[in-house]
Amino acid sequence: MRTILYLIRKEFLQIFRNKFISKAIFGVPIVQMLILVPAITFEIKNVNLCIIDNDFSAESRGLVNKLEGSTFFRITSSTWSEKKANDLLHSNKCLMVLNIPEGFGKEISSGRPSKLHATVDALNAITGQLSWAYLNGVISDYNTNIISENPGMIQLAAIPRINITNRYWYNEMLDYKYYMLPGILVILVTAIGFLLAGLNMVREKEIGTIEQINVTPVRKYQFIIAKMVPFLIIGLIDLALGLIIGKLTFSIPFEGSIMLLFLGSTIFLIAVLGLALFISTLSGTQQQYMFSAFFVMIIFILMSGIFTPFESMPMWAQKFDLVNPVAHLIKFNRMVMLKGSTIQDTAREITFLSAIALFFTLFAVRRYRKTA
Amino acid sequence: MKRFLGFVKKEFLHIFRDYRTLIIIFGIPAAQILIFGFVVRTDIKDAGVAVLDLSGDEITQRLTNKIFSSGFFVNNGNLLNYNDIDATFKKGNTKAIYVFEENFGSNLYREGKASMSIITDGSEPNVATLITNYTTAIVNDFNRELNNDAVNSVLLIQPEVKMFYNPKLESHFMFVPGVITLILILICALMTSVTITREKEFGTMEVLLVSPLKPLQIILGKVTPYFLLSFINIILILILSWLVFGLPIKGSVVLLLFESMLYILMSLSLGILISILSKTMQQAIFISFLGLMLPTILLSGFIFPIENMPKVYDVVSKIVPPSYFITIIKGIMIKGIGITFVWKQTLVIFFMTLLFIGLSVSKFKVRLQ
Repeated sequence: MRTILYLIRKEFLQIFRNKFISKAIFGVPIVQMLILVPAITFEIKNVNLCIIDNDFSAESRGLVNKLEGSTFFRITSSTWSEKKANDLLHSNKCLMVLNIPEGFGKEISSGRPSKLHATVDALNAITGQLSWAYLNGVISDYNTNIISENPGMIQLAAIPRINITNRYWYNEMLDYKYYMLPGILVILVTAIGFLLAGLNMVREKEIGTIEQINVTPVRKYQFIIAKMVPFLIIGLIDLALGLIIGKLTFSIPFEGSIMLLFLGSTIFLIAVLGLALFISTLSGTQQQYMFSAFFVMIIFILMSGIFTPFESMPMWAQKFDLVNPVAHLIKFNRMVMLKGSTIQDTAREITFLSAIALFFTLFAVRRYRKTA
Repeated sequence: MKRFLGFVKKEFLHIFRDYRTLIIIFGIPAAQILIFGFVVRTDIKDAGVAVLDLSGDEITQRLTNKIFSSGFFVNNGNLLNYNDIDATFKKGNTKAIYVFEENFGSNLYREGKASMSIITDGSEPNVATLITNYTTAIVNDFNRELNNDAVNSVLLIQPEVKMFYNPKLESHFMFVPGVITLILILICALMTSVTITREKEFGTMEVLLVSPLKPLQIILGKVTPYFLLSFINIILILILSWLVFGLPIKGSVVLLLFESMLYILMSLSLGILISILSKTMQQAIFISFLGLMLPTILLSGFIFPIENMPKVYDVVSKIVPPSYFITIIKGIMIKGIGITFVWKQTLVIFFMTLLFIGLSVSKFKVRLQ
C-alpha cells in the first residue's frame, strides 16, 4: 500500500511539473463548457425563405403576409427569376423557395384548386423535412381561413378531428443545455483522462525512465494502479467542476443522487483509464499512442449517442456500444441527472461499466511487461 | 533548394520508418468514414414507445397499428395508468408514451373530436421533437383517411414540394462531408503538432538549429511530406465515399481537390504552430486534440446547423476554420456549385494558412533557452 502511495505521489509531481498541463486540465473543460453548451440547439427557427410571386394578387399577398407573420420563417428575398432563386439556394442565402404561379388568386377565389411549388434545400434532411412541414402548416391554415370566409363551401367544423397535445417530461421547455451539458462533460473528462494517462505511460517508455521502475520490486498491478489513480482523481474533480458550472451558470436540474452519479463516473473512468493504459502498453512512441487514442476516442464519442439518437443507429452499431463505456455513461448520466433514476433503474449500465472496467484493467496489467 | 530537399527526404524517412503510424494515418480516415457514414444519423428509427390506452376501442387500435407499422417506432408495451409513466421513463428505453383519452372512438364520432397526447422524454430534446413531429404527421394522415373525401375537396391550395440536392432525404449526404472535414483537420494537425516538439524533446532540435536551414525552410520541410500523404488520403476518402455511399461529386473534381489541398495545408500549418508553441509532445497533443475536437464537432455545422445557434455564435463559428471548409465541400460535392459561390470561404482559408505559417516563423526560436 505504501508503495502505491509513493508511486501516486511521483505521478502527481510529474503531472503538475508541466505548468501548461496543470492549468489546462482544469481550464480547458471550464472554457469549453461555457462556450459550447449554450451553442447547441436542434430547434429550427429563422428559416430563410425566398418568394417568387408570379401572381401578385390579393390572395398571394395574403399568403406572403401570413408567412411573414410566423416566427419560423424569415423572408429574405423576393424575385421573379428562378435562376436567381437557385443561386440563393446554392449560396446558402436561403433554405426554401416558394413559387406562387400566375393565376393562383384567380383560381382560388373562384373556388378551383390551385398549385404552389416549394423547393427545399434538403441537404440536411431533418431541417429540410421540418421546414417543409411548417410551410405546409401555414399554407393549410391559410386554406382554412379562405374556406371559412367563403360560406358556400363545406364547414370544416363538421369533420371529426383528433386533437393532439404534447408534453415534454423532465425538460418542459426543451432546453438543449440540459441535454448537451452531460454529454460535453463526459467527452471532456474522457478525453483528458484518456490522453494524459496513456501519454504519460508511453512517455516513460520513450524516454527510458520506465526502466528505472522495472528494476524495482514494484509489482505490475501496483504500477498500473499508480498510473490510474491520479487521473481518476483529476477526472472526478473535472466532473465536479463541470457540475458546479452547470448548476450555477445554466441551472441544470439535478434530480437524482449525486453519490450515484459519482459512483457511475468512477467506474467509467476506471474503464477508460484501463483502456488507455492497455493501448499504451501496445504503443512504442507517443505518436503511435496519439493516433490509436484518436481512433478509439472518435469512434467511442460519435457512436455513443451523445449527439445523435442511439436508436437510429444500425443494429451492429448498437451491439458494438455494449463495450463502449462512453455510450453507457452518457445514458446513465442523463438518466440520473435529469430523470432522477435510481440505482435499480440503472443497474444495467452499472453492470456493463463494471465489466468493461474490470476487463480493460486486467488487460493492461497482463500486457504490461517489466522485461524489455 | 538542395538543402531543403535533403531535409524533406529526412522527414520522409522519419515517417516511413514508423510503419505503424503510417498504417494508422491511412487506415483511420478510411475506417472512420465507413463507420460514421453508416452510423451517424439524426433521423429516428425504431424509437421505443409505450401506449396508455384508456379507451381501448377499435379506432385507437387502428391508429396505434398505423403508427407502429411506420417503422419509426417500436412498441414497448402498454401501460395501465398515469402513474406508470414516470417509472417507465426512468428505465430509459422508452422515449415516448401515447395517451388516448377515455371513450376516444365515441368522442370522435359523436362530438367530432377526440384527444390524444404525446408525452415524450425531454431529456433528449432532439428525439422528443422528432417523435412528436413524426407522430403528429401520422395521426393527421390517419385523420384524413377517416374523412377521406370530405377534406380533400376543401383543399384549395395544393402545395407541391421538391427536395433539392437530396431527394431521398438521406442522412449521409450531410454527414460524410462533415466527417471528412473533421477527420482531415484532426489528423493533419495531430501529425504536424508533434514533429517539432519531438525534436525539442529528444534534443535533435539543436542539430537542426546549427544547420544552415532557415526557420521557414524547416517549417515547410516539415509540412511537405505530410502534405503529400494527406493528399493521397483525401483521394482515397473521396473514392470511398463515392463507392460505398454513392456520394456524387457534382461539381468540378479539380476544384474540390484544390480546395481540399488548401484545407490540408491550413490544418498542417496550424499543427506546426501548435508544435512551435508547445514545450512537450504531451502538451502539443493535448492542445491539438482537445482544442480542436469538440469545437470542430460542435461549431462547424457538422451535426448542428449554425443558423439555429444563438446570434453570438455566428461570430464564434467564424473563428473555427472547419466551418468554412464544410460549406465548400458540401457545395462542390452535393450542390455542384463552382468557385463563384465559394471564393470568400476559399480566401479565408488561404489567409488563415498564411497567418499560421507567418506566426510559426516569427515564433520559431533559433536559440536554445
